[in-house]
Amino acid sequence: MTVMGRYLLRRLLIAIPSLLGISVVLFTVLALAPGDPFGELATNPSIPPEVRMALREKFGIDDPVAIRYVRWITAMLQGDWGFSFASRINVDTLILQRLPATLFVIGSAQVLALMIAIPVGVYAATRPYSLFDQISSTLAFVGFSLPTFFTGLLLILIFSVQLDWLPFVYRADIDAAGWRWYWEHFRQAVMPITVLGLFLGASMTRYVRSAVLDVIRLDYVTTARAKGLGERVVIVKHVVRNALIPVVTLVALQMPAIFGGAIVTEQIFRIPGIGSLLISAILANDTPVIMAVTFVFACLVVFFNLIADVLYGWLDPRITLA
Amino acid sequence: MVEPQRAARQFSPWLDAWRRFRRHRLAVASAVILVAMILSILFAPLVWKVAINDIDFTARMQTPSWQHPFGTDDLGQDLLARMLYGGRISLAVGLSAMVVALTVGTIIGAVAGMSRRWVGPALMWLTDLFLSLPALPLLLLVIYLFRDALKAAFGPEGGVFVMIVVVIGGLRWMPVARLVRAQFLSLREKEFVEAARALGASKVRQVVRHILPNALGPVIVAATIDVAAAIIAESTLSFLGLGFPPDIPTWGRILYDAKDYLDIAPHWALFPGAAIFLTVLSINFIGDGLRDALDPRRVM
Repeated sequence: MTVMGRYLLRRLLIAIPSLLGISVVLFTVLALAPGDPFGELATNPSIPPEVRMALREKFGIDDPVAIRYVRWITAMLQGDWGFSFASRINVDTLILQRLPATLFVIGSAQVLALMIAIPVGVYAATRPYSLFDQISSTLAFVGFSLPTFFTGLLLILIFSVQLDWLPFVYRADIDAAGWRWYWEHFRQAVMPITVLGLFLGASMTRYVRSAVLDVIRLDYVTTARAKGLGERVVIVKHVVRNALIPVVTLVALQMPAIFGGAIVTEQIFRIPGIGSLLISAILANDTPVIMAVTFVFACLVVFFNLIADVLYGWLDPRITLA
Repeated sequence: MVEPQRAARQFSPWLDAWRRFRRHRLAVASAVILVAMILSILFAPLVWKVAINDIDFTARMQTPSWQHPFGTDDLGQDLLARMLYGGRISLAVGLSAMVVALTVGTIIGAVAGMSRRWVGPALMWLTDLFLSLPALPLLLLVIYLFRDALKAAFGPEGGVFVMIVVVIGGLRWMPVARLVRAQFLSLREKEFVEAARALGASKVRQVVRHILPNALGPVIVAATIDVAAAIIAESTLSFLGLGFPPDIPTWGRILYDAKDYLDIAPHWALFPGAAIFLTVLSINFIGDGLRDALDPRRVM
C-alpha cells in the first residue's frame, strides 16, 4: 500500500470512533429525555392497550439502554432511518430531498467567503498596521459580530422591501426554463449566500491575515526576495501557498458554526433545506426526523474534518504520513 | 523602622494591563458603550415606568415618537420598556452561560493539564469530540427533549433560563479547556512550580496558588468572547421561536415577533437587532483589547 493510502486509512480509522462517540452523545440525550415517544398513543383512547403493548414490544421501548442503542445504530447504518410522523414518508427520502439545497447554499457561501478572505487577508498582512489593515480588521470584527438573523432581516428590508430587487422567499419549483430558470435561481440565492458568506468571510479574513503574517517573516521568503524575484511572485507563489495550508484546517473546524448559520438562513429565507426541516420537525414533535437531521449534521462535520485532514496531508509534505 | 521609600511610579501587573488596554482605542470606546448600555438596562426601568405588557390597540405598530421612543409592536406594547426588560435577560444569560463554560472548561483543562497518564489524552479526546458536535442542532435537540420537564420543575421562566444557560455553557467549554490545558502543560514544568512541589505543596495548592493565576490571561479573554457568543446563541434560539416564551421579550424574541412585519414596521426589528449587534461588537472589541493588555510578552 502506498504511503498516502495508509495515511487515508489511518484518518478514516480515527474518524470512526468520533462518529460513534457523537452517536452515543446523541442517543444518551434522547434516552435521558423524560417522556415517552409513545406518550401520544397512550393518551389516545381509540388505541386499545394491547395494541400499545404490542407496539412497545415491537419497538423494544422497555429494553435496556445499551441494547436500544445498538439496535438504533445498526438501523441507522443500514439506512433504515424511520418514518416521519408529520410528512408521512421515510426519513431518508425526506432528508435526501432536502440535502442538495443546504449543500448548495453552504458551498456557495464558503466559496464567497474564500473569495473575500484570501485577497483581503493577504493584502492586509503584506501591509500590517496600515490604513487598509486597520479598516479591514475593524470590518471583520463588525462582520462576525453581526448575527446572521439580523443581517438576513436587514438585507430583506433593503433589497426586497425598499428596493424590490430580490425575492425574499426561496422557491424550489421555479416555473421557467433555460436561462430564465438559472437567472431566477440566482436572484433568490443571492441574499442567503451573501448573509452566510459575509459571516464566514469575516472570521476567515482574520485567519488568513495571521497565517500570512506567520509565514512572511520566515527566512525562505527573504531568500526569495534576495534572489531578485518580484514582490508579486514572492507573495503569490512563495508566501500564500504555504500560508493557506493551516487555513484549510480552519475552514473545516468552522463547519459546526456554518451549520448553525445555515439553519438560521434557511429559516429566514424559507429555503427547503435540512436546517428548516429540523425546525419544522421540532415544531411538529417529529422525533425520528429530528434525530436523523442532527445525526446528518454531525456526520457532515466529521466528513469535512476528514477531508481537511486528507488535504492537509497532501498539501503539506512536512506532515508525517506514516 | 523606616518605611521603605515609595517608588516614583507605581507598578503592578493590573496597572500595566490597564495601561496597555487604554492604547486600544476601539476597545476603550466599546467599554464605554457597554457600560452605558448595562447602566441603562439596570436603571432606566426606574425612570421609564411603562409596563412591558401594557396593550394599547389604538397605538399599534407606531413609529418612534416622544410617547414611545422606540415605537410600539402589533399589540401597541411599548418597545423601549420591552427592550430594557429583554436586555436584562440577554445579559444575564450571557454572563451565566459564560460562568458555566468557564467552570467546566477550567476544571477539565486543569485535570487534563496536570495528569501525566491516560486521563489527559482521554479528556482531550472528549474535548475534540464535543468540538465536532454541531452546536446549534444539538442545542435545538436538547431544548426539544427537555423543554417540558424543566418547565414543570422550575416554572416557565426559570426552566427556560436554566436550560438555555446550561446548554449554551455546556457546549462552549471546549476552547477554554484546551487553552487551560496548554497553559498548564508549560507552567507545571516551570521552576517556581517545581519549588512549590519541592516544599511539599499538594497538587491542589500547586494549581490554585501557583499555576492557575499565571494561566488567567488567555482565560479572561476567552471568557469575554464567550459572553458575546452566549448572547448570540440565546438570541438565535429565541429568533427561531424555540427560546424564551413570548411573554419574556428578550431581544431575539422581539426580532422573531417583528420579522413578519418588516414592510410595515421596520423599526420594530431594527432596534432589538441593533442592540444585539452593538452589545456583541463591543464585547468582542473589549476581548481584543484584553488580549493585547493581558499578554505581557507583547511589546507595545
